Amino acid sequence: MPKRIEIPIGPQHPALKEPESFTLYLEGERVAASNVTLGYNHRGMEKACEMRSYIQCLYLIERTCGICSHSHTTAFITASEEVAQVEIPKRAKYIRVLIGELERIHSHLLWVGVAGHEIGFDSLFMYSWRDREVVMDILAMLTGGRVQYSINTFGGVRRDISATQKEQVLKAIDILEERTKYYIDIALTETTMMGRLKNVGGLTHEIAMKYNASGPLARASGVTRDVRKDDPYLVYDELDFNVITNDGCDVFSRVVVRALELMESYKIIRQVLTNMPDGDLTVKVPRKVPANEATVRYEAPRGEDIHYVRGNGTEKPERVKLRAPTLANLASITYMLDGGYLADVPIVIAAIDPCFSCTDRAITVKQIDNGREGTLDWNKLREYSIEWHKQRGFDAHKIKLSI
Amino acid sequence: MSNEEKIISELTQKFTFLNEKCVIVRPRRITVVVDREKALDVFKYLFSEQKFDFLSTIVGLDSGENLEFIYNINNKEGMLINVKVFAPKADAVIKSVLEVYAGATYYEKELEGMFGVKVDGLPAGRHYPLPENWPQDEHPLLKDWKPKDKELK
Repeated sequence: MPKRIEIPIGPQHPALKEPESFTLYLEGERVAASNVTLGYNHRGMEKACEMRSYIQCLYLIERTCGICSHSHTTAFITASEEVAQVEIPKRAKYIRVLIGELERIHSHLLWVGVAGHEIGFDSLFMYSWRDREVVMDILAMLTGGRVQYSINTFGGVRRDISATQKEQVLKAIDILEERTKYYIDIALTETTMMGRLKNVGGLTHEIAMKYNASGPLARASGVTRDVRKDDPYLVYDELDFNVITNDGCDVFSRVVVRALELMESYKIIRQVLTNMPDGDLTVKVPRKVPANEATVRYEAPRGEDIHYVRGNGTEKPERVKLRAPTLANLASITYMLDGGYLADVPIVIAAIDPCFSCTDRAITVKQIDNGREGTLDWNKLREYSIEWHKQRGFDAHKIKLSI
Repeated sequence: MSNEEKIISELTQKFTFLNEKCVIVRPRRITVVVDREKALDVFKYLFSEQKFDFLSTIVGLDSGENLEFIYNINNKEGMLINVKVFAPKADAVIKSVLEVYAGATYYEKELEGMFGVKVDGLPAGRHYPLPENWPQDEHPLLKDWKPKDKELK
């Protein structure tokens, strides 16, 4: 029986929306078992929402996540509008979709960079984060904020889009599309990347279905589910786009799914800008929201967001419930880690895109048998991982990128 | 007959006690109210026969006398059924749905911590999302629980 080493990863970091703790049990270099512990930074938002008015809740819920801020507010406010029985103007719906897709681009480009960084491909990290600046500048121009857009309000949106802004968005999308094509080309032809990511972090179709994984993680395991297509909200039923799936079931196919989803987002944004009707931005909503309930599903960049709102005839909601996609996806992660190498742990955890890997985390290595202990932080684990793969012939630093 | 009506008619045919317990809220949204003793059979049927194989989350509510639990289950076509189960506060016990929906662990743990309901069949383990040293008799999402601000000046 080989020696088992227990490695706790995490949990605490105030900058994360969902700090997690992973405990890995190693046999040699392989992960024999793993488990996840959650709930370290529970902020009591659902309780707090019951004590605030709908518009105050909107700004609170925007702070759920630093990336999917628009996803959460759109899901919450769409549910609240359904409870209040108001129909927002078409133009407001188009603007919500536009910001939502720009946010998806922002999130996926960020992820490409993080994934590159975790495998030691820092040129890709620098490049994709440079391109991400393009979309963040566009978001700042349209909404006034790079991260917290606050475009939604109860009954519509806060800002209009002018003809000049439209031109600028289209120009930026052209640049980003060209860059994305280049990244797809690299991902599909570069042997180092393929060697490093193929057959790593496997999640079979059956396990993904059994544990109800969602978003790009599930679609990379051949699950054809996308809320935008299945349960269309806003104006997604009027837009032409494809649901990207892949049957690879590994980290590589998660890269492919996210990269191709970027192309679909560009397509959606062009349609939104061409078809956007003129008209008002908001409708009046009643001060007192009736006793009613609504459940809204929303396809956030990382998977399905679901929000439930119940009114009680006052200015404040009776109950607000939100579930972010990472919680749905964490049930699958122990299956992806088990049987893999310690050196692949960073990229496998990063591949569910949990707002997790770009941060320092303390790791204590405990050798149970002889009581020796040492500490590794996330950076050290990453360095170990890159060095380990370098010795086996995968050196991402050697990949050359063109400007 | 719309898809929603078809699902409801097949459901009420199988479980006659669900007559007049199913409502179409809007396209792709159905609400079904089930007794807690019979909920598991309904879930099993919806999972295997109607292919409602995805549990999005479980919403818990404190509605005075009762605790209310809403299971958001959906299928590939984007149809969402809100299955409502009630449990009186005096006897707050529901059955776990883990044998049907394997991904439900965290959702059910959340109900235990936040509402103080006993989920029968849920394996013991760490709490979620409340910390391990949280008082056993305090359940923050109950309406009579108020945040204590003793640490605030």
